Amino acid sequence: MSTITPETQIDSGHNDDPSSNYLTSSSGFMSWAFTLDHKRIGVMYLVGIFGSFFLGGVLALLLRLHLLVPNGLFGDWVSLDRYNQLFTLHGAVMTFLFIIPSIPAALGNFVLPLMVGAKDVAFPRMNLASFHLWVFGAIFFLIALVTTGLDTGWTFYTPYSIETQTNVIAATIGAFILGFSSIFTGLNFIVTVNTMRPPGMTWFKMPLFMWAIYATAIIQILATPILGITLLLLMGERILGIGIFDPSMGGDPVLFQHFFWFYSHPAVYIMILPAMGIMSELMSVYSRKPIFGYTFIAYSSIAIALLGFLVWGHHMFVSGQSPMAAVIFSGLTFSVSIPSAIKVFNWTATMYKGNINLATPMCYALSFIFLFTIGGLTGLFLGALATDIHLHDTYFVVAHFHYVMMGGTVIAFVGGLYHWWPKIFGVMYNEFFGRLFCAVVFFGFNLTFLPQFVMGSRGMPRRYATYVDEYQIYHVLSTIGALTLGIGMVGAIAVLVISLFNGRKAPANPWGAATLEWTCTSPPPYYNFAHAPHVGSPYDYSDLKYDARIGGYVKDPNASKTTPPDQH
Amino acid sequence: MYSILADTMFFPPERSSVAGTVDGLFDFIYYLSLFFFVLVVGFMIYFVLKYYQRPGHTETPSPSHNEALEITWSIIPSILVGVIFFFGFTEYLNMREAPENSYEIQVIANKWNWLFRYPNGAESSDLHIPVDRDVKFLLQSQDVLHSFYIPAFRIKMDCVPGRYTWTWARATDTTGSGIDDSSHDPFHLFCAEYCGQKHSQMRALVYVHETADFELWVEKAANILENNTPEEAGEILFKRKGCAQCHSLDGDNSAKYAGPPLNGQWGTDRQVLPRGSSSPITVKMDENYVRQSIRQPNAEIVVGRKPGMTVFTPQLLKDEEITAIIAYLKTLK
Repeated sequence: MSTITPETQIDSGHNDDPSSNYLTSSSGFMSWAFTLDHKRIGVMYLVGIFGSFFLGGVLALLLRLHLLVPNGLFGDWVSLDRYNQLFTLHGAVMTFLFIIPSIPAALGNFVLPLMVGAKDVAFPRMNLASFHLWVFGAIFFLIALVTTGLDTGWTFYTPYSIETQTNVIAATIGAFILGFSSIFTGLNFIVTVNTMRPPGMTWFKMPLFMWAIYATAIIQILATPILGITLLLLMGERILGIGIFDPSMGGDPVLFQHFFWFYSHPAVYIMILPAMGIMSELMSVYSRKPIFGYTFIAYSSIAIALLGFLVWGHHMFVSGQSPMAAVIFSGLTFSVSIPSAIKVFNWTATMYKGNINLATPMCYALSFIFLFTIGGLTGLFLGALATDIHLHDTYFVVAHFHYVMMGGTVIAFVGGLYHWWPKIFGVMYNEFFGRLFCAVVFFGFNLTFLPQFVMGSRGMPRRYATYVDEYQIYHVLSTIGALTLGIGMVGAIAVLVISLFNGRKAPANPWGAATLEWTCTSPPPYYNFAHAPHVGSPYDYSDLKYDARIGGYVKDPNASKTTPPDQH
Repeated sequence: MYSILADTMFFPPERSSVAGTVDGLFDFIYYLSLFFFVLVVGFMIYFVLKYYQRPGHTETPSPSHNEALEITWSIIPSILVGVIFFFGFTEYLNMREAPENSYEIQVIANKWNWLFRYPNGAESSDLHIPVDRDVKFLLQSQDVLHSFYIPAFRIKMDCVPGRYTWTWARATDTTGSGIDDSSHDPFHLFCAEYCGQKHSQMRALVYVHETADFELWVEKAANILENNTPEEAGEILFKRKGCAQCHSLDGDNSAKYAGPPLNGQWGTDRQVLPRGSSSPITVKMDENYVRQSIRQPNAEIVVGRKPGMTVFTPQLLKDEEITAIIAYLKTLK
């Protein structure tokens, strides 16, 4: 029996007062900056990630405002150069600093060990190192931002990235370091899930969020090294002039695209798979129904992770690659759409005959289904070769990936944050304002990106600082939408932050969820669990009853249905 | 029957032989997507309305999986995406291979303009093609990646430095009549691959002529040096070769223009940094200076400017064309 007992975890540096929790067990800057506690690391990631999200969001609003008029709203202040830096840094910050680490490193770090009923991740020091690396990587990005900027696009395509005068080196060093951070996180989760599951939690009794994080971790450790090597080669190319990618020295610029997308396409699944995991939790908990088709959802996560490695060439349908390669990549691309479709059907079916609690996290989950379905279906236009030729590198693509990445991942992330907020900080937020800002986000999001599908299909190329007049109406709509979306996002975060000061104290299990993290107090004690948690089905709600006195759910000892006794 | 809606909301008008097929596939995917979107979101809304939490309502036990249902909803979408894939790639193969005996135009992309070179030696910065004829575009880039994109034709292909790529189109409609540009309503041609500062201004216009008009146009365009005074020819070449993208002619010395202004400069002294040197030297703007600045633009950089101008090889700009440009520069006050 390998359960963790409090007696094995004596650490004189920490407060053993039963009323203390991981937030109050020790204090001071050093107790946070060098903590080995996965919960504190998760919270620090959360802060860093929201800083990045804010920065990326401000850049997005600036560039949307710039595009309000065909020749640029800010005139000379946002010159062509500055616009090119705005969209590049928006993309790079959002991708590398925010969306890749958002769910795995922040929520995953906090939730995963609790879901497993463990004291911490397998390698707490590596976990801390991962966060410190993230900080270093972010610093290099900031160096690029405040020195000469970066104007290559977040994809660093050669040969432009070799010859531009902007600070490509600082940005690639930043991305290189962030790659290690990502690998460390992935490695930690794989070992944690493999070795630290408690007795009774078989693979097919794991919460689906763990499946999703596990599948993500596989991609993180297999794909990220490719990015690292690619960026090293790019640095070598810039500094030493090796001649791998630079055609003037006999190199091949398309080779860079192969290397880059061999990482960056799977990275898209690093971004979306954890969001799908959150969705599986939310749909089940707030419908009070076991997740529909558990096995299909679990396998589809693994299928997406593996198939995701085979489709990178669809970013290069017009790069001059051979028609045969294009046809093969197109076919493989469609294969990866099926597991995603299955998940959407399963989530929807989970609501059938349920008791749907329209709390804020569920509102985000419903938004997700709406937006992610649009994101997924518009991928079909891009996977089909004949239509992709026209739509490639237009705003249609911009809209598509924002529907997937923002409408999907960010919406799920915020939904998950609302869901786990009472657990993380031990306070309840204001439901009315939570739902209100969810609606504002939903409306603003659609107003921002629906017009982009239309203008993209009408031929508006992406990454344009100025444009021909006929596209202006769509840009105006999109910019108004972006401002609305910005207000909604700030509001949604404000609701959470304000709850820290005036929120009602959260019960252990406010939503009636059946996964293990809800069996410890909110916020969790330093050592997570006072007693080894009892492993049951993660989606069986039959023995949880609402208790109005504490405002949350408790185990009903008189529940007719009992889970089988432990085998250990 | 839905094509009216599709034509007005999505896509510019169809102006090439492949555009109809591409738009047809787009419409097929569009209505299929709409069906599945309405299905999923419809069920979602229905479930929310029917099963939302309210006093007295509780969940009802129901199976948490159903193999038959799940296999069905895996297989049907698989078949449908198979169909989409099939139509997508058959039409793509047609779009990739230019028909035999196509009229071939060389497309030379550089930062940040297009140069079109016709079989008789004519060159232009806007694209002129005959209607109802297969035209093959042989694409090349002088510097970084660019992408040749004509929305009205639904064609796009990257221009990759160091290799040739190609695409083709057959225009189905003229943009006007006569060889005078002003009597035409041309299509847009965009650069679709990010290529640096003026990426968004790397645009050109596409003129589609009647066959006879095109013959006239291309004949006239082939002989600029003969048909014009050196100054006039220089002005045409200055614009055609993209010089105006980076050099202002009204004294604007701001960062909007990558290069220094060129009006009123003839015969004046300027401070330049020889390559690899950190101390500026003074040179006079004369014939030799201009010629060197075109052939080896990075040899001496005007103080305060960055290297980055395209190297104009004799293949891109002939000696007699430089002579004409010099004649034009002398006229700029």
